[in-house]
Amino acid sequence: MKPAIFRYHAPKTLHEAVAVLADVAPDDGRVLAGGQSLVPIMAFRLAKPAHLVDINGIKELAQITAVDGKLRIGACVRHAAFYEPVCDGPLGKLLATVVRSIAHHPIRTRGTFCGSVAHADPASEWCTVVATLDGEVAAQSKRGQRIIAAKDYFAGIMTTVLEEDELLTEVRLPLLPADTRVGFQEFSRRAGDFALSMAVVTYRIENGKMADARVGIGGAEPYARRIVEAEAALDGKAPDAETFQAAAVAAAAAIDPLEDFNTSAEYRRDLVRAMTRRALDSAAA
Amino acid sequence: MTQGAATDDHYPSPPPSSARRVLGHAVTRIEDLPLVTGYGRYAGDINFAHQLHMRIVRSNKAHGKIISIDASAATKMPGVVAVWTNDDIADLSPIDFRADKNATGIREFRQPALANTYVRYIGDPVAAVFAEDPYVAEDAAEQVVLEIEELPVVVSASDPPGEFEPGRSSEAIVLHHSFGDIDAAFRNAHAVIELDLKTGRHSGVPLETRGAIGVYDAAKDLLELHGAAKIPHRNRETLCRMLNRGPSSLHVHESHVGGGFGIRGELYPEDLLVLVAAMRFKRPVKWIEDRHEHLMCANQGREQRHLARIAVDKDGRILGIEDEIFHDQGAYIRTHGVNVPNRTMCMMTGAYHVPAYWAKARVRLTNKTPAATYRAPGRYESTFVRSRLMDAVAAKLGLDPVEVRRRNLITADQLPYVIAFNEPGVEELEFDSGDYPALLEKALKAFRWDELQADMKHRRAAGELVGAGIAIFMEESGRGPSDNAKIKVDPDGAVELITGGASLGQGFETSMAQICAEALGVDYRRVRVIHGQTDLIDHGIGAHAARATVLTGGAVHVTATMVRAKAIEFAAELLQTPAAELDIVDGTVMRRGDEGGPSISLGDIAKRIAPGSKLLRGRDPQLAAHGWYNTDHTVFPYGVHLAVVRVDRETGKIAVERFMVAYDVGRAVNPLLIEGQLVGGCVQGLGGALSEEFVYDETGEPLSATLADYLMPTLHEVPDVEVLLTEDAPSPHHPLGLKGAGEGGINGAGGVIASAIDDALGMPGAITRLPVTPQRVRELLRKTAQQ
Repeated sequence: MKPAIFRYHAPKTLHEAVAVLADVAPDDGRVLAGGQSLVPIMAFRLAKPAHLVDINGIKELAQITAVDGKLRIGACVRHAAFYEPVCDGPLGKLLATVVRSIAHHPIRTRGTFCGSVAHADPASEWCTVVATLDGEVAAQSKRGQRIIAAKDYFAGIMTTVLEEDELLTEVRLPLLPADTRVGFQEFSRRAGDFALSMAVVTYRIENGKMADARVGIGGAEPYARRIVEAEAALDGKAPDAETFQAAAVAAAAAIDPLEDFNTSAEYRRDLVRAMTRRALDSAAA
Repeated sequence: MTQGAATDDHYPSPPPSSARRVLGHAVTRIEDLPLVTGYGRYAGDINFAHQLHMRIVRSNKAHGKIISIDASAATKMPGVVAVWTNDDIADLSPIDFRADKNATGIREFRQPALANTYVRYIGDPVAAVFAEDPYVAEDAAEQVVLEIEELPVVVSASDPPGEFEPGRSSEAIVLHHSFGDIDAAFRNAHAVIELDLKTGRHSGVPLETRGAIGVYDAAKDLLELHGAAKIPHRNRETLCRMLNRGPSSLHVHESHVGGGFGIRGELYPEDLLVLVAAMRFKRPVKWIEDRHEHLMCANQGREQRHLARIAVDKDGRILGIEDEIFHDQGAYIRTHGVNVPNRTMCMMTGAYHVPAYWAKARVRLTNKTPAATYRAPGRYESTFVRSRLMDAVAAKLGLDPVEVRRRNLITADQLPYVIAFNEPGVEELEFDSGDYPALLEKALKAFRWDELQADMKHRRAAGELVGAGIAIFMEESGRGPSDNAKIKVDPDGAVELITGGASLGQGFETSMAQICAEALGVDYRRVRVIHGQTDLIDHGIGAHAARATVLTGGAVHVTATMVRAKAIEFAAELLQTPAAELDIVDGTVMRRGDEGGPSISLGDIAKRIAPGSKLLRGRDPQLAAHGWYNTDHTVFPYGVHLAVVRVDRETGKIAVERFMVAYDVGRAVNPLLIEGQLVGGCVQGLGGALSEEFVYDETGEPLSATLADYLMPTLHEVPDVEVLLTEDAPSPHHPLGLKGAGEGGINGAGGVIASAIDDALGMPGAITRLPVTPQRVRELLRKTAQQ
């Protein structure tokens, strides 16, 4: 469990970083932010990057700002930054809730929001938030910047549309309207483990009925996504137990579950159903 | 030095801790300062000048014939000194048995240090790379190309046996234990219940992985193994046999050890390889296991299938128990031989009076990591089986599960209780002391069992799945035959205590210091305790099978008593006071009850009887002694586990709300340390009951080879374990009444959790397999459509 040899680069500016990345990417160069996923993979030698481009020294990437109705989270913002709400209103509250389920405190002090989104583990809490809220991913390369919508971003298990020379510089999340209700629940075997399924839900109440309902499921499929069947079961209905259960059943039916030796398809659906209903309950509470 | 000897006959009941100065008191540990300030010295911290680093190339196939091993690229890499295969060590003995060194019929199944012709599990050592740097060694190991022709894989001991090698079945041996008239028991039964039960494959996962550093001093022809643990002296014996060296030319050194649990400190291929390499290269050779290797290569345990039958009369009294065991040994038989299936069989009847018993264990090799002892070997498994049987009897006869147990417990007036097996050579058990029904009642009362039942009834009515369980068990500890200790008082009054024991982090130094301090009359913090050094003391029992406190503690007591007698003998002369009137308090000899009267410190006595002193008049100099404690007896502590669990109906997740370990330790040396042992063991037991499992796919691929997949409980998953420590039954076979406590926290954990989950689900007998994962619970709930 000692990594194979690699060359270490520590650019000080974004400009320099994308230049180095353009240079080394064809030779298996990888970006190092918090290192909480990449470094263990290197220790197992499942990844043997020839170059590491360490972006931790780039000050401009450590910012969280709210611009034009969007929260912009820089590439070096750690999970632990979200312990307290980073913005007023429901989004800050949702992120502060979700962060408590990400691994353990020491990992949260190093690992980054954007690193999780770049790594795209199926069980990533942040990926589920980004997918549910239709966030955007900003990718920078020597060739320029592009903004990728969440629905176009994920491509498979730990696979995204990012090009090898692209640095994920920030993730943008919509600042939710003040009357948005938010809920999050996940199931893992132990505290801090990769979740076997999770649900992020948001909705507003208009005239006693739910509107703009979003139901995002993570940990159950190759990547997190919104489940329109569950959302349809909510919109226009009163937020009651029966409706929540119907949406939960719809979510469980709609997914194409990942399977492993500890998690059959049937069990994964059980968990998605339970987490969806509980997330809806917690949003209503 | 003076030799002393203890007899192992009956000792008078020892005084309670209230009559002791330090023995029996919950004093704090003396060994912690370096550990908590970063000065601990673990295997990884041990380095020698010019050392080489070893990296093992391991089989990536679960079973196959080695066609070729191409190390040419690796050998050419800068910094690589050599790459060995079995050809380089062809004359080296396989890893020999320690426990069963005279075993017949199983020697063919021992593991070679490097695979010879066949590989038999994923992780099997195939080649060893020696390099100047551990990174280079690992880079080079990746370049060794293995060509292996795959052979059929056996991954379950329940499957028909395959071949270990051409013409040799993978069913290594079939073992038997029996007593009484089993046919009559089943013929006369009011009811017979048959269960098919499984304990999952799991093991101890110490914080510190294995490590071995071999050093050869050619000038002295002296070979040293550093990084040893658990049983340094016995490992020296085994290594001497394998390497054909005399004991004075091979020394084993233990440093700090980050947990043992039975698996750390046994001899493995890597230990042998660093020694042979150190001799051949004339350079120190260091090997540190990484976590991935640890989870694929260190001893695993526990995996058994039991086809168990119980015959009872109409009142639920046991008439007989029958059990056919399929023991999943993994790829080889390691240092313990067939100890685990034997312990499983001999402890199966537990604290119950069972008139007839018949058990057969099929020891089968599979293409998985080899299995051996893990904390409470054979007892965790057999207590699970026995508890399941007792719950099944209660369900079948409509009796209360506690009442069924009450009716069958061995009573105090039946002790000593002897279980003699029919099979020649199988050691009989003699339960030495105890009152098992009394401990059960104390535990139920302390747990508020009756109030709990009422409370659970309310919660169930409100829709919760909550239940409670019970498991009762016997432990065994302090098996002989002998241990010894050397004690010397320095001129400044400090005491050096050299033992043949070992410390795995359990508080060995503190408990030995307490025993020494009590007998000698010194502050326990002035005792420097040495362990695990074969060059300082020739014999030692180590730390295993809950032996250290009992056996080494016995030897320390005997030796300290000898030093005390010597101190008092000289003090009587120096103080001109009859010896019978003298006492030793805080390191000073004085007249009993006469503080402020004439006195002399132990340090001063030591100075006054240095070599050449006129006081000696033919007697040996130094305030020192070397004593032995010898015994033919094993002592038997016992315990009760109680637990409350809550099941999440929708996810199948189990929360352990409460857990109590009630345990009679005879006499406690240090209740604080014992509580630590019991709680730690309990947490490991919960792991095996609920989450820890080494899973293999049908090709023999290990699926639990990282700590993200092998799920040990964390603080979030365990309750505050309640401990009820009793001292009702000191062992009559031990001068201090001591019994061991290393395994009492884990023994019943599988049994009690299964019991409690059944109760929570309202499905008697539902749990037949450990660990009880949430997915398995959901399957049970789905079957009854309780969604």
